[in-house]
Amino acid sequence: MGIISMKISNIGYLIKEGIRGIFLHGFMSFAAVCVTVACLLIVGSFSCLTYNVSLMVEDLNKTNEITVIIDENLPYAEALSVGTDINLVDNVLKATFKSREEALEEFLKEHEGDEAFEGVMAEDLRHRYIVVLEDNSKLEQTVEDIGQIPGVAKISADYELAEGFSTLENVLSIASVAVIVVLLVVSLLIISNTVKLAMYDRRDEIAIMKMVGATNGFIRLPYVVEGFILGMLGAAAAFGLEWLLYDWMLRELDKVDTLNMFNFVPFEQLLIPMVTIFAGAGLFVGVVGSWTSIRKFMDV
Amino acid sequence: MIEFSKVTKSYSVGTRALKGVSMQIEDGEFAFLVGPSGSGKSTIIKLITGELKPTSGTVHVNGYSLERIRKREIPYLRRTVGVVFQDFRLIENKTVYENVAFVMRAIGAREREIRERVPYVLNLVGLDTKSRRHPGELSGGEQQRLAIARALVNNPSTIIADEPTGNLDPARSLEIMSLLTEINNLGTTMLVVTHERDLVERFPRRVITIDDGLVVHDGMDGYYQYENQ
Repeated sequence: MGIISMKISNIGYLIKEGIRGIFLHGFMSFAAVCVTVACLLIVGSFSCLTYNVSLMVEDLNKTNEITVIIDENLPYAEALSVGTDINLVDNVLKATFKSREEALEEFLKEHEGDEAFEGVMAEDLRHRYIVVLEDNSKLEQTVEDIGQIPGVAKISADYELAEGFSTLENVLSIASVAVIVVLLVVSLLIISNTVKLAMYDRRDEIAIMKMVGATNGFIRLPYVVEGFILGMLGAAAAFGLEWLLYDWMLRELDKVDTLNMFNFVPFEQLLIPMVTIFAGAGLFVGVVGSWTSIRKFMDV
Repeated sequence: MIEFSKVTKSYSVGTRALKGVSMQIEDGEFAFLVGPSGSGKSTIIKLITGELKPTSGTVHVNGYSLERIRKREIPYLRRTVGVVFQDFRLIENKTVYENVAFVMRAIGAREREIRERVPYVLNLVGLDTKSRRHPGELSGGEQQRLAIARALVNNPSTIIADEPTGNLDPARSLEIMSLLTEINNLGTTMLVVTHERDLVERFPRRVITIDDGLVVHDGMDGYYQYENQ
């Protein structure tokens, strides 16, 4: 009981020592926070960018439509009802009916001024559905399913484009995860080295503590408290800066008309994952970094 | 009590620092440990404080067997042995009071105990009026007295002083030796490592002489002339 209460009485002191250490070694503390901020900013910015790019590719993917041509013998009302069956097919996001008249209007618009198509009549074309899929990687199966619906005469799909989008999405997700992991590991190494440097600065102090019979826990706790505070300070500063930077980028993109095609999500939408990543990394870097860095100076 | 029995210590580079040292220092005794540089004195201190383990033989310090001590027991051994170094080894950014108080905190002492004990020890070494100063603001003699206060504060049964007067002028050296004698008179075992012949002769006590890793003389008959060997 005595030992426990004595140790509890020490905790306040050790936490105070940790906070005092930040100010005592002001330059090293500042360096550790700056390195944390810089590394987390790089990781955070890249994460935001890849998230937005993957969303854009996903949107772009949805523009790959397939055209379902309806049997020319089917009357208008029956052609309309085929749409219900198409919409029921798995992986179909949306099927929009286009009558032969609408198709002709579009055709003529596309070939305006081309004399070869001047005599084309609505009867020469067929009713059709423009179908958008949820997942282009399942294009082949979906085309097969739609083809079995009575009244469907022909399906026109761009397999190459669909495959291209799937590959792009896969490559992008693998590459972004790989780059983020590498950046995170490099950041952790850099930050850990900065913490080690701060510990090296205090090796004599640690040796004295060991010599007078301080336990490893007593020596470690102030450094871990210090690491925790520095890590969280770095994470908070990096998060704030990331937010400002992101909002500034959105405002700048908004000003340029040609860049409106890049549809970035607002930062508020990224708030929870970003807070989690930054706080987690700050905590990990601060606590684990100081815990492991001090180990080599404890062997006295 | 400190007891060495046929202790050898070899370093990985092949140096044999101790070649079979046997000696015993009883509780409450005052002894000088003398010998030329490289004779093995530092190795003996490191064995006593648990920094090193003997290659062979046995070392017993205040109830701990150093040849088989566990790592987690070393802090507790060190609490029974206060060490005073030639270069003081004080924490520069802590005040005089804090340099002493943190040693008590390290063993989990209560704040009330610390507030009572630290001023008492600082008074004992004559630094009670300088408790708010930092080590850099003290003279060499005062810094060494602070180091003694730090070694003393947890009431260790033994104090090892490694060249405690090596950086001090003769007057301050006598002051420090008088202080160590006073502490010894209060019952603390004292082992003083020194090169200074004058000091040993002014304070006639047991002298253990080490040379080339062996005890070459152990007695109350003053400084042993190892230089003339």
